[in-house]
Amino acid sequence: MKVENHVTLDFPSRSANEGFARTAAACFAAQLDPTLEEVNDIKTAVSEAVTNAIVHAYPDTLGKVSMRLRIREDHSLEIVVKDWGVGIADVERARAPMFTTGGDERAGMGFTIMESFMDTLRVRSTPGKGTTVTMRRAIARRAGR
Amino acid sequence: MPVTCKEEGRRLTAAVSGELDHHGARAVMEELDRCIDMTLPRELTLDLGGLTFTDSSGIAVLLRAHRRMGQVRGAMRVIHTPPQADKVFQAAGLGRLIRFE
Repeated sequence: MKVENHVTLDFPSRSANEGFARTAAACFAAQLDPTLEEVNDIKTAVSEAVTNAIVHAYPDTLGKVSMRLRIREDHSLEIVVKDWGVGIADVERARAPMFTTGGDERAGMGFTIMESFMDTLRVRSTPGKGTTVTMRRAIARRAGR
Repeated sequence: MPVTCKEEGRRLTAAVSGELDHHGARAVMEELDRCIDMTLPRELTLDLGGLTFTDSSGIAVLLRAHRRMGQVRGAMRVIHTPPQADKVFQAAGLGRLIRFE
């Protein structure tokens, strides 16, 4: 699948960057002329993926988070959020609704939200090496363009 | 992430505005806890009319407020939920637990 445009952002795992990352993703996705609902879905899913990297990948330290956005020729957006943190031992369990290691400040719904707001979600993780979350979302081509 | 609390006759209204994510969720939870502890309301109304964005951090905030209100034997309802927040809350099935009006 040909890639029409792409951008990669690297930032430290500071929680202040959650808002930056989702806003940057929304700005980049604007090239696909999404509806407000589609933009909000992208912002929400990015917020979940980046928050996971910030909260869980680097629990006691700051580390690098990388977000790669690609617009593909099938008019879809691919979002890859990668960290080099502690990793997830049991991805299937981590993806289950209500599962969290983050105490009562976290709902354990991050992956559930990503799944329901994106078309596809793939999670690859190696304990001690890091986690890569890949999401795709097709943006409907609107009439009159 | 401002929270504005107003109490009248043990009815507490808390308005949450701005963007609610993990970065700001703890401050919102603490402020809601403080308002609930101070007023011990019979009913909490969470007004989300000014909420411009939330992710699953908002789910945790609502669940915590719901639990606190259960502890003080009060009721809770959520009003003026914007469409983006509503989609997040419904994806988590919160409608089965919390009264949205």
